[in-house]
Amino acid sequence: MGIKGGKPKSMTDAPLHYCPGCTHGIVHRLVAEVIDELGVEGRTVGVASVGCSVFTYNYFACDMVQAPHGRAPAVATGIKRARPENVVFTYQGDGDLAAIGTGETVHAATRGENIVVIFINNAIYGMTGGQMAPTTLPGQVTQTTPYGRDVKTAGNPIRVCELLSSLDGVALAQRVTVDNVKHVREAKKAIKKAFQYQIEGRGYSIVEVVSTCPTNWGLSPSDSLQWLRDNMLPHYPLGVYKDVGEEAKE
Amino acid sequence: MSEKVLMKGNEAIAEAAIAAGCRHFFGYPITPQTEVAAYMSKRMPKVNGVYLQAESEVASINMVLGAAAAGVRVMTSTSSPGVSLMAEGISYIAGSDVPALIINVQRGGPGLGGIQPSQADYYQATKSTAHGDFHMIVFAPSTVQETVDLVAKAFDLGDKYRMPVMILSDGMLGQMMEPVELPEPKEVDNDSKEWAACGHKNQRKHNVVNSLYIDPATLEGLVKKRFERYAKVQAEEQMAEEYLVDDADIVLVAYGASARVSRSAVDMARKNGIKAGLIRPITLWPFPVDAIAKAAEHVPKFLTVEMSMGQMVDDVRLAVKCARPVEFYGRTGGMIPTPIEVYNKIVEMNGGEQ
Repeated sequence: MGIKGGKPKSMTDAPLHYCPGCTHGIVHRLVAEVIDELGVEGRTVGVASVGCSVFTYNYFACDMVQAPHGRAPAVATGIKRARPENVVFTYQGDGDLAAIGTGETVHAATRGENIVVIFINNAIYGMTGGQMAPTTLPGQVTQTTPYGRDVKTAGNPIRVCELLSSLDGVALAQRVTVDNVKHVREAKKAIKKAFQYQIEGRGYSIVEVVSTCPTNWGLSPSDSLQWLRDNMLPHYPLGVYKDVGEEAKE
Repeated sequence: MSEKVLMKGNEAIAEAAIAAGCRHFFGYPITPQTEVAAYMSKRMPKVNGVYLQAESEVASINMVLGAAAAGVRVMTSTSSPGVSLMAEGISYIAGSDVPALIINVQRGGPGLGGIQPSQADYYQATKSTAHGDFHMIVFAPSTVQETVDLVAKAFDLGDKYRMPVMILSDGMLGQMMEPVELPEPKEVDNDSKEWAACGHKNQRKHNVVNSLYIDPATLEGLVKKRFERYAKVQAEEQMAEEYLVDDADIVLVAYGASARVSRSAVDMARKNGIKAGLIRPITLWPFPVDAIAKAAEHVPKFLTVEMSMGQMVDDVRLAVKCARPVEFYGRTGGMIPTPIEVYNKIVEMNGGEQ
């Protein structure tokens, strides 16, 4: 693939604040490359959520709105309904999307709200220092599951793509990761498809990116990627859970 | 102005908003404001507007935040418990410096409370809506016509000061029918807000609508700057109606539905030789401190009448700087005081003599 020089036009010059080995940077770049390639920066509005990625509003060069915790799909709905000509995406973590914002997520999806949701699933609350997330794996040790997540008391993790794929308004629900070059390419393809679907007016698209949190997982960046392969991917299988484009071909 | 039509308060709010150029409504059903949403669902499609029923008040206020951030004229409507759920979003709207109109057709509380008219959300509207240092402009109409007139003003002031505005109605004003003249429909330029997040068209730097400031000195500076704007609102936007205040021995202070009752009680008192008067705050924030302080120079006593256990009475006492006695009469839980009850209180304060 070779090393691509420079940064996408749709990213600002602001230095990213993310920890070493965090996959946010890769995903930011993929989103920005897609916006560049589709030539829609001038009409794109991004919605930042609460969590480590809140500062995306400093990193994406398109117009940005910062939403309350979990409310990004509702804020995005307001923007998209007010400005249908805009390309609107949210960028949300697992706590934001699958815990406090589950209601907004499910209803934006079932309405077929014509937006793109980039969902970072790293099975932990990063910004607040590593608490149990709705996607924390059974047995996983976090600050608030110090003996490992006991599903009998702490409940079971949520598989978001599987959950949303049953809803009629969803155009695309795909789970990807960015642990190697092949997967990064697939992730970008999925993100691009999600944006294209919005431009075509097909409805709600979600791209779930299985991600790392080396700092709160207590692992080195490379060990984190291995932990992701060994533990996250078996529980959160990669794949297309719904794709109205593919269904139409069948 | 068009001809007079007979309209329900809630429906008049909706039609007035459309006349004021509002084309975006997000809401969730709750009694006794439902007619606002129902009317909007009927009218918005006819004027190429957006009506969307959200999954909760939490979602609807955040849709309002999104549309406001995108620069369009937008509103929601709810009743007391719904405002509690919207509190978070209203704080973000204030912290993001975007304008939006919130209608609260108040009902009895706390908790699920009841569905009859109440004024128990005064504190919530004027002082403790949600977390953080911020204010909303709060209007308290007392007739359907005034509601209509204030809707247009609310949108304009929200835009002018870039802040949330609330119309604090109640179940009585919302449900009653009165003749109204609707204003001529107005066109609004939704593309005039240079701060809006609606796509930079590769012609400017990106706009960010945000309420997060990690550096405390920066946040303090921004809040202080916002409060300079609030000071301007307090200096320029106070509204109150005075009725028979000049020669009064006792002045009632009441807003909204309880002001209508109080006015009848004042008339009864006058007929019976008691020089009563009424100050009716039209803006609850900014509170009409000037009108009340001026009256306190010559009025010996005040009586605040509310459909609550006594909330605005605090502001009346502050406005008269406790230099005059301020008594309170109220009913709550959805009970509306009768003119005779209020009149009896006036008589009692007059030393029991009629």
